[in-house]
Amino acid sequence: MAAYILRRLWQMLPTLLGVVVLVFLLFNWVGGDPAYILAGKMSNPAQIANIRKQLGIDESYWVQLWIFVKQIVTMDFGASWSTGETISHVLSTRLGPSLTVLVPLTILETLISIGLALGVAYVRGSLTDRMVMIACTVGMSISILVYIIVFQYVLAYKFGWFPVQGWGDSFSENLFHYALLPILIGLTVSIAPSLRLFRTFFLDEISQDYVRTARAKGLSEPRILWVHVLRNAAIPVVTYVMSNLPALLIGAFLIERFFSIPGIGREIILAVERSDFPVIKAITVYVAAATMLFNLLADLLYKAIDPRVQLK
Amino acid sequence: MNTQTSANAQPAHAHSSPGLWIMAWRRLRSDRLAMAALAVVALFLVTLLLSALGLVAKHWDAEVGVNYAPPTFMGAQSAEERGVEGMHAAEAPVPDNPRDPLGPVLKQLRAERDAAAAAGTGGGDAPLDYYGIVDPLAKEIAELRSTLGKDKAAAPVRRATLPFGADKWGHDIILKTIKGSETSITVGLAAALLATVLGTLFGALAGYYGKWTDDFFNWFYSVFTSIPYLLLILAVAAVLQQKGVLTIVLILGLTGWTGVFRLVRAEYIKHKNREYVMAADAIGASDMRKMFVHIFPNISHISFVQMSILTVAFIKSEVILSFLGFGVPVGVASWGSMLNEAQNELILGKWWQLTAASVAMAVLVTAFSLFTDALRDALDPKLK
Repeated sequence: MAAYILRRLWQMLPTLLGVVVLVFLLFNWVGGDPAYILAGKMSNPAQIANIRKQLGIDESYWVQLWIFVKQIVTMDFGASWSTGETISHVLSTRLGPSLTVLVPLTILETLISIGLALGVAYVRGSLTDRMVMIACTVGMSISILVYIIVFQYVLAYKFGWFPVQGWGDSFSENLFHYALLPILIGLTVSIAPSLRLFRTFFLDEISQDYVRTARAKGLSEPRILWVHVLRNAAIPVVTYVMSNLPALLIGAFLIERFFSIPGIGREIILAVERSDFPVIKAITVYVAAATMLFNLLADLLYKAIDPRVQLK
Repeated sequence: MNTQTSANAQPAHAHSSPGLWIMAWRRLRSDRLAMAALAVVALFLVTLLLSALGLVAKHWDAEVGVNYAPPTFMGAQSAEERGVEGMHAAEAPVPDNPRDPLGPVLKQLRAERDAAAAAGTGGGDAPLDYYGIVDPLAKEIAELRSTLGKDKAAAPVRRATLPFGADKWGHDIILKTIKGSETSITVGLAAALLATVLGTLFGALAGYYGKWTDDFFNWFYSVFTSIPYLLLILAVAAVLQQKGVLTIVLILGLTGWTGVFRLVRAEYIKHKNREYVMAADAIGASDMRKMFVHIFPNISHISFVQMSILTVAFIKSEVILSFLGFGVPVGVASWGSMLNEAQNELILGKWWQLTAASVAMAVLVTAFSLFTDALRDALDPKLK
């Protein structure tokens, strides 16, 4: 097991290096000279030269790339260009609010989607099944922006059931007061695609012989669905949930922006608006690394779910 | 006689043996839902074409209605009801932004201004503007406005209501939506074409040549897929400062090829050792010829379905990018920029622009998704 994990980590290096080079090329080569962005409109050659020296971009590209790699390894990206806050502080303080919304959202979304998908797969081909599928298709075609705008306006602004926006200091206040509507919107948007996908996973299993055998043994239908079918369909479900986790971190950026939640997603939008390259570079590289780790974790989970899986 | 008929029928049958696309079309035509979806998509595409040619919605940015003119069925509203009383015609009220950190300060400034006006001890002869700030150019602006007002008398009368309402400048919403559809759908289609061409090309090279070519493209693929898609788009948008329709097509197209690559590569690996490719090899066909003349027609349906899926995904991405202000430039209508305006209008109770953009987008995306599903089933009946 340990050897397997070590080998997988070793294999990640080329990909991670590729991400680093891609991000480097994007920001240091395609992006042009950041000194002009930093100096702003009122700049003189002396200022530009000074900023270039500070950033180390008067060096050759190889030296710059080496500086970038060193920054990633030491986790010291220096300070944000616009606020002067250190990048490590930005990342560590923004992660909490993002997770406060995302962890409950992911858990609820997975449980609700599995429950609904099992139900729909059980009555497959019926009118209910078709209506739910049509509702999912229509629901998925409405932009997430529309859900956020309308929910925020109607439920928070008009009816006053939820705070329109905001974020506090205490965890319980954030979770049970400010995060409720964002989680509700997140569920509305994400359940439809998961439900559709999980339904096909369960449909593949529900016509298998072992289901007939379980029925013949006289097992109750809930037991067949929740124990037998779910266990067998667990691998694709886990793959989907795990591969969605890093994207969720970023995907909630619209919600974070609308509700002024000081999370990673909102930080990215602010950074793009302000051309704050160090923040975007740091977040991109670390999220890519996290994605690879989550993929490894998913593979390890397969082993736990299905003992027949051989880790090679 | 009997033998003659069969002898005649044999070659006729061989000639009429339908190809993949004709069979798929037959299957598709028997699917009523798919045909309805196709009709809706076709309607949008025809409108797009007419709008692109300048036959429809050419003058969408003409100020034909009063500011925030309501839809006809609601009846005309006075300037007061519309919330534009006392405003210059081309100027709409700025709704109070609940997220504005300066909100309280602004409120206080306005209160002070009103109090000063009531006491008759205003800030000298310089009038205060909407934000309660002394405006040194106020006199000049007032003059300009009065001359503008004189011109306006000669201008055509703005209508009090429009069938689908007007936005804050008095643009007809239905024309704006048509123009917005043109932008959003064009971006979606063009970006999907670019991504599909890239993905197919990379997939063909990797799958056909194998060995280090395959390793290289697989590495490239894993690099692109390890960065979440939206993050990659935003990072590229941050670097490409220049806004424009072409920029956004490039952003979406250059980042979105991975899904096509994976599928096409698998197909090329499967096909490259088939007999017909070996036969082509035996008669001396070049690698390029085998890849794109012999193999590609046999896997083209996969690229086609992927392109259809990508179009929907890219239309959604464009709307989000334009909404955030990283997409189409100011002054170009797109569903995303319409939603951006509508966000503030909703607080004033002007729901029609939001509704028009959302409904147009939802109808197109639903129809396109349903059609894509049917197309995939029709092209690959084994899947069903």
